[in-house]
Amino acid sequence: MIYTQNITFSYGGKVNFAFPDIRTESGETLLIAGGSGKGKTTLLHLLGGLLRPKSGTISIGETEISKLSEKQLDQFRGKNIGLVLQQSHFVEAFSVLENVVLASWLATGKKSEEKAKSLLKQLDLEDQMHKLTSQLSIGQQQRVSIARALINEPKLLLADEPTSSLDDENAFKVSDLLSNLSKEYKASLIVVTHDQRLKDRFSNQISL
Amino acid sequence: MIAKLAWKNIWFKPLNTVLSVILLTASVAIISLLILLQEQFEKQFSSNIDGVDVVLGAQGSPLQLILSSVYQVDAPTGNISYDDAKVWMKHPFVKSAIPLAFGDNYRGFKIVGTTPEYLEKFGAKVTSGKIFNKNLEVVVGSEIAKKLNIKVGDKFFGSHGDAAEGEVHEEFEYTVSGIASQTGKVVDNLILSNVQSVWQMHDHEQEHSEAEENPDHGEEGHIHFEGDEHEHHEHDSHDHEEKAIVSENGNEITAVLIKFKNKMGFVTWPRLVAQNTKMQAASPAVEINRLFSLFGIGLEALQYLAYGIMLISGISIFIALYNTLKERKYEFALLRVSGASRSQLLSLVLFESILLCVTGFILGTIVGRIALFLISSTTDEQYKMTFDPFAFVIEKEGILFIVTIFVGIVAALIPAIKAYRLNISKTLANA
Repeated sequence: MIYTQNITFSYGGKVNFAFPDIRTESGETLLIAGGSGKGKTTLLHLLGGLLRPKSGTISIGETEISKLSEKQLDQFRGKNIGLVLQQSHFVEAFSVLENVVLASWLATGKKSEEKAKSLLKQLDLEDQMHKLTSQLSIGQQQRVSIARALINEPKLLLADEPTSSLDDENAFKVSDLLSNLSKEYKASLIVVTHDQRLKDRFSNQISL
Repeated sequence: MIAKLAWKNIWFKPLNTVLSVILLTASVAIISLLILLQEQFEKQFSSNIDGVDVVLGAQGSPLQLILSSVYQVDAPTGNISYDDAKVWMKHPFVKSAIPLAFGDNYRGFKIVGTTPEYLEKFGAKVTSGKIFNKNLEVVVGSEIAKKLNIKVGDKFFGSHGDAAEGEVHEEFEYTVSGIASQTGKVVDNLILSNVQSVWQMHDHEQEHSEAEENPDHGEEGHIHFEGDEHEHHEHDSHDHEEKAIVSENGNEITAVLIKFKNKMGFVTWPRLVAQNTKMQAASPAVEINRLFSLFGIGLEALQYLAYGIMLISGISIFIALYNTLKERKYEFALLRVSGASRSQLLSLVLFESILLCVTGFILGTIVGRIALFLISSTTDEQYKMTFDPFAFVIEKEGILFIVTIFVGIVAALIPAIKAYRLNISKTLANA
């Protein structure tokens, strides 16, 4: 679960954001909507520990992440936060499976190969496992990044415009997977989007 | 895992990698080749000097005298009278004096007339058979015995001069009386006989040329002439054998290897020779130093060139890493998101560069040794000098390894720091 209190952020003092408080329990889903320039991505990066807030607190589980050191934050992020982005990036030299396994190794120091395989199977990527990520379609790539985000069973799953570059079929597939898997792994799911297709599917919404 | 990632990364963009590796390989190959050549060359040259303080020989280039008499690689400066030389060989300053007389060769291997002391000087023993006692008995160096598969009791004809294609002396047959042990020095590639054997050949030579100048024998009588000569020599050679042992008068040798009793001899003896005779005394140590300092300039220039190539390969690695940084920043951001720390990214970039350098170093070491092997087979053919491609000069090659790694670290430093300081939020937001 995740909750925030009075978080604000500013880019060089010029652009200032004050975000509403968020509270999402394990297995719950929250959709954050809003037009561009409203700070959707900024909020997501704050929640994911990629940015530090100017003021306010962010707690994930029992941990207040704004108090962690840079190195502790890296570790915490690896173990407890899964991130799915609009565009998927991968280690290009690695295969699909290796990319997922790498995420488990970076977070825990252990290579959970079996788990990665079963996760990829669950995401219908069994035949793609040993391909390079660049050989996959966009929809497949997005599913690989979901597998990567879930491999460490994070407390929090963040998705930044996960469907905006996908066609309807793939967008629904991805949104289903996100909500189903986050329930299965008891993660809080926060989706940031302006995609109308998603707004129709998630009831718990806030708007920036 | 970082190592695996680094390894996969460098081969994912093989063109950049191959360029850097080729440059590194070239520079490491040149440097390690130079290191090995210099080391083994100097070792071979120095080990052959042992026990020779000066060389007494005909006037001319002292370097030539040393090269011909000590290393057997150059033509001799000329001959000296054995009578004259003997005076100086028996000088009170002289501890030992080994005469050398060059005459013929057998398939390119020199036949040198000398005394058994010559073998002792190199620490060689006659491992099978015995030392030469009579005229035309020879002890064969270990390398020759191996290469030409010569055994004790074998017989062969020598060819005149030092070229394998020289005129064959079918009148005199050498008998192998013994084979010397391996020393790794020039003696391994020599055939040794007593001095008298060379004189015997020499006398025959003189007669041969006299006979050829004989106006009684015309061009058309050549075959007859050969036959006559043959008969003539067969009964002539017996006389020679006795003559050679009884009288050494009027005969010539090529050089004498001198060892002194003390430092005094080293200072005064060569001067006395120069003042009182038409011979010269040359010091191998001095001449070889001179040779090395001449070589040194060339070797140094090559070494600078090689380090220049290494610098270029460093720059090439830098450019390759720096260029891909732009494409790879998402990858780096992603690694950070997945839990990689800043220092892990730093070490990833450094590791990639170091891997390239280690690959280049290993390949360069191998290529350098292949080059040495090729050089060795050429020098073996031409100068009877071999180099060992499997030798390692731990200290110098260790330094080369450290320098290579250092180049890799320096080349990767800026890209690695950039990766370290990457702003993940900004990178991902702009995606």
